[in-house]
Amino acid sequence: MSAAVEFTSTRHNPGVDPVLAGWTWEIPVYLFVGGAVAGLMIMGGIALLRAARGEQARSFAAWQAPLLGFALLNVGMLALWLDLAHRWYAWRVFLTVQPSAPMSWGSWTLLLVYGVLLASMLVRLPSSWPWLGARLPLLQRASDALTGSPRRLAALGIANVALGVSLGTYTGLLLNTMVARPLWNSAALPLLFLLSGLCAGSALLMLGAWLRGDGAAPSGFVTGGLATLVQPLGETAPPREALGELVRANIGFIVGELVLIGLYVANLATSSASHVQALALLTTGPFAASFWGIDIALGLLLPLAVQALLLAQRSPALLLRWLPLPALLVVAGSFTLRWVMVNAGQMSRLIAAGP
Amino acid sequence: MARFGMVIDTRKCVGCMDCVVACQTENDVPAGYCRDWITTEVRGTFPNLTMEIRSERCNHCDDPPCVSCCPTGASHVEDFGRVVHVTADKCIGCKACLAACPYGARYVHPKGYVDKCTFCTHRVKDGLDPACVSVCPTRCMHFGDLDDPKSQVNKLLASRRWHTLLPEAGTRPRVFYLT
Repeated sequence: MSAAVEFTSTRHNPGVDPVLAGWTWEIPVYLFVGGAVAGLMIMGGIALLRAARGEQARSFAAWQAPLLGFALLNVGMLALWLDLAHRWYAWRVFLTVQPSAPMSWGSWTLLLVYGVLLASMLVRLPSSWPWLGARLPLLQRASDALTGSPRRLAALGIANVALGVSLGTYTGLLLNTMVARPLWNSAALPLLFLLSGLCAGSALLMLGAWLRGDGAAPSGFVTGGLATLVQPLGETAPPREALGELVRANIGFIVGELVLIGLYVANLATSSASHVQALALLTTGPFAASFWGIDIALGLLLPLAVQALLLAQRSPALLLRWLPLPALLVVAGSFTLRWVMVNAGQMSRLIAAGP
Repeated sequence: MARFGMVIDTRKCVGCMDCVVACQTENDVPAGYCRDWITTEVRGTFPNLTMEIRSERCNHCDDPPCVSCCPTGASHVEDFGRVVHVTADKCIGCKACLAACPYGARYVHPKGYVDKCTFCTHRVKDGLDPACVSVCPTRCMHFGDLDDPKSQVNKLLASRRWHTLLPEAGTRPRVFYLT
């Protein structure tokens, strides 16, 4: 049995003591949004690749995902910027490349993500927002050049998938590289964040598909802009039966995330005393209710069961009516995972081996 | 090129906090913050107890995780003494270094940038000891070049038992505690 240890310290730095709380609400929001955008890019990219091959030319995911992704990315970047304590110096990130710093890689990746999302939006924007297409013929020509060439469309799809995977794993990698925080020291974390991002991204697409109307999108300046987020391309909506495909994908991502959570827990539980103590924050400690209750039970298991039941009914109308429930639960669970990981991770610390 | 380090004799330290006050005065540390602090560690079960009092600060690690995670290069290793420094006008206040440091040695200055112990290199360049070392009433703190075999710090490390904080973190700290 090891001897009891008691530490007392005169240190009292705000945000550091008694436990590290440097990152508050902004970083969980940023990580959640980053993951969701990654998921949207991967799904949108795959749909673009299918569109380039002539399949599913009217796919909801292909045209909607970049728009939703672009809107969400701005929310995430705002949260990230608000988190900075020296925020007017944020431009310093883009004056250098620090190969050993994941945050430096991430900053440059986000610039590429912006570029690819903007290019992907061009595919849809002029037709769903004629106001813009009429005033900026260059935009219309760029859109025509992309939609008219399967090769360009495929290249855009590949760029979306590649950057989506990079962004999705980066959000986990950012935490994973910090050895001082044992809760984050599992190789499963980047993949877990990627899968969670795919869950959130597909759930957002499901919500978008549910919100959209069946008619043509309005073309006004404001209404057209808002409608681009949820309205279908063209004058008629894509078939609602296609929603089943989204639901099946979401079920697959949930199962994948559950497997990775199992691996993550097993990884920490069989590691050093520091890791076992860190894991206790999630299993029995102050974050247990959020982790097991909201993330796993409400955010993964319940939507998994509901979606499986809805698919088993083979009724597109029933599926559409109940779709928001699992989608909202998955989104809430995905955010809770980031919130728990960021806050519990900061609380975790290495245990001194002692003499 | 020098590689500065600090050796602190825990058998002499009484936890008087003169080092803490000297640092705050010398470096204009804002009220409510500290760059160095006193930790008291008690081990064992009564009546078999041991106690160690330590003056702690940034360990100016040879492999500093705060430097490798900094996205702007604000956290860097100075050529002078291989001391870990933060350039205030490069720091964006992302707090990655706070999460990466296993010792909790950094804090966000009220002006927004991250701050920490500098080993008082502005004094060392003038041939003086860091403020904390120079005021210690029990002379338990020693500062010098770890790459100089004849330095007092190396002689102490060669003649006494010592430990560093959290060696398992792999950061190779350069503040040593004599036991």
